[in-house]
Amino acid sequence: MDIDKQSNTGAGSPIEFRLDPASGVPTYLQLVQQVEHALRLGYLKPGDQLPKVRDVVAALAINPNTVLKAYKELETKGLAAGRPGQGTFVQATLSQVALPELAGLRRTLLGWLASADAAGLDEDGMVALFTSALRDFHESRGSRTRGGAAGDETEGVA
Amino acid sequence: MSPNVVEASGLGKRYGSTWALRECTVAIPEGHVAALVGPNGAGKTTLLNIAAGLVAPSAGEVTVLGGRPAGSPAALDGIAFVAQDTPMYKNLSARDMLHLTRNLNRRFDQPYAEARLGELGIPLKRKAGKLSGGQQAQLALTLALARRPRLLVLDEPMAMLDPIARHDFMASVMTAMAADGVSVVLSSHVLAELERVADYLILMSRGCVQLAGEVDDLLAAHRMLTGPAAEADRYAGRLSVVHTSRGEAQAHLLIRASADDPVPPGWEAHTVGLEELALVYLREPAPAVLPGPARARGQNNQQTEVTK
Repeated sequence: MDIDKQSNTGAGSPIEFRLDPASGVPTYLQLVQQVEHALRLGYLKPGDQLPKVRDVVAALAINPNTVLKAYKELETKGLAAGRPGQGTFVQATLSQVALPELAGLRRTLLGWLASADAAGLDEDGMVALFTSALRDFHESRGSRTRGGAAGDETEGVA
Repeated sequence: MSPNVVEASGLGKRYGSTWALRECTVAIPEGHVAALVGPNGAGKTTLLNIAAGLVAPSAGEVTVLGGRPAGSPAALDGIAFVAQDTPMYKNLSARDMLHLTRNLNRRFDQPYAEARLGELGIPLKRKAGKLSGGQQAQLALTLALARRPRLLVLDEPMAMLDPIARHDFMASVMTAMAADGVSVVLSSHVLAELERVADYLILMSRGCVQLAGEVDDLLAAHRMLTGPAAEADRYAGRLSVVHTSRGEAQAHLLIRASADDPVPPGWEAHTVGLEELALVYLREPAPAVLPGPARARGQNNQQTEVTK
């Protein structure tokens, strides 16, 4: 009976979802990606609670089945687990790198961005270059460890 | 296997010499937000009115909530209906509207209704006619939900609302669904506003159902192929093409195919959005190319229980 529409929707979870209607990415996938993103950046840690279905639904006005689908997907990936009557909790982490190192890497990247800017590259150019380099890196690594369980390759939804 | 909240077969409704609804066969499974979408005059309101027991059909049969005949007391107890532009007695206060609704229904959760209006900041003393459009819609929704229905039927619920009221109204409906497991059937001619909420789609046109199914299934079953126009005819015969649009050099084929189906060499395959898909089907004259009634495939309906 408690429709806590007015209550703080983010209570209990370190993150809050948002939706980008123009992205073309299905709603459930946006939720999955935001959790993964938060895991990579260390906003979410194992044991943290994901926003409650009811709160997400009240805040974003989306179908509860969509939230359940996203959480089920996260469970399938082994990133989260449901606890009956309590909610869904983070079970694993995606950030293999500790926060201090992350900060160092970020600094290096910012330096690279500055030199790319100085060389006259605009933002789209930087993204294109990075994506292409990432692909090369991926391919060279893939040819070395063929058959390795890379695991993360399945969503090509862009 | 979950029961159907609405199940119609061969349903028809005639007003004078005009059929508002004809040979309508559809089954809407439980636990969804099902959207009836179609242009004005497609028969959406007629179908909803018949399902809610407000109008008797001229032909065919309809049951609701797992086999209860539409309009029977058992059916009426389980359904709450909010009509287009939420009609209300303008000179009655919100409190009087609660009183009236409580006395006209076998079940009415007065504490819930009062608490809900309190949370929404709707004063009980205020006359219904003096409430804002959004508040009137919320009052109508509160009256409907306080009857503790299993099925909530909404006819064009958001047509008169501004964007914020629309968002808040939908959030209320979705919360009721998450909290109490209410199934929802609603109609609209604006598909864009449904993309976030509807997970079951029924496309209607000229009194007939053209396409029905779970949104994810419908989207997964279609692909847009883009390639040279010269080759379009070659594939038109071989693939199950729903719609072709072509320029001088390039053609787009909307086909029924899954992600794993092979793509012809030199062609690109893209996924389609709900709106794009709906527009194509609403424009195509040939009706019902896709899934018949959900009855035939009821086994794979998702579990809809919500853990809090």
